[in-house]
Amino acid sequence: MGETAPETEARRLAEDARDRVRFEEEALELADQVYRVARRMVSSREEAEDLMQETYARAFRSWRSFQPGTNLRAWLLRILTNLNIDRGRRVQRAPDTQPLEEGDYFLYNKLEESTQAPNPDEERVIERLSQDDAVSALSAVPHDFRDAIVLVDIGDFSYNDAAQILDIPVGTVMSRLHRGRRILKRELAERAIVDGGDAT
Amino acid sequence: MSGFAIDPCEQCEELLQPFLDRDLSDEERALAEKHLDGCAYCRKRYRFEAQLRRFVRQAATEPMSPELKTKLAELRTPLI
Repeated sequence: MGETAPETEARRLAEDARDRVRFEEEALELADQVYRVARRMVSSREEAEDLMQETYARAFRSWRSFQPGTNLRAWLLRILTNLNIDRGRRVQRAPDTQPLEEGDYFLYNKLEESTQAPNPDEERVIERLSQDDAVSALSAVPHDFRDAIVLVDIGDFSYNDAAQILDIPVGTVMSRLHRGRRILKRELAERAIVDGGDAT
Repeated sequence: MSGFAIDPCEQCEELLQPFLDRDLSDEERALAEKHLDGCAYCRKRYRFEAQLRRFVRQAATEPMSPELKTKLAELRTPLI
């Protein structure tokens, strides 16, 4: 004997509820990783927390548009990135026009100069930088470049995932990473100079 | 000379960046590894870049507060 229409509907609703609960649990399990990226895409912890709540509220509302089997973390960050742009929180700056002719090794040479030991290894050289230097240098990188760095270096996303999250071509991700990292190194070098080589 | 002066290997940067990001095909990775084996300049650069990324990643990682975790959990759809 077949099910009656109300039984079929009840079964469908129960399955739907089960899928939704599973989706929400999986999304919450990823919250730490999503926050790690969100925190460096905006300038303050408060902003990051607001953005996380808006992201999760939207994700839970539109959970049906997530395609099971695809990358949920990337899907959540796509929502977060769009919200960050939509809400106009990003203070758009003029594109970075400062020359970078000093080359890629300005930072290394600067740090090496301040290291007492002759021919120090790379680890000793990096120790000349402080955690505060890293955080403030990263926040000084213009948004477009920083978003790419944060997704790939802190979020561990592939170029493809980062391209989808930011809705730009893969080649643009690579060029933003390249230029963004140079800017980051310049900012780090400036801080190393200000610190007078006394960073611990 | 222990530091980096004029870059004698500028063209390698195109290969080194995706190598550091683990975003190369097997063939490209083999090419990058072969180059690193034979080029002390790029090896030093690679080690510095890898250390720098690790450092920035650790320095920039801030854990989520337990309060936020609770607020996110409260956004779940209530079970009827």
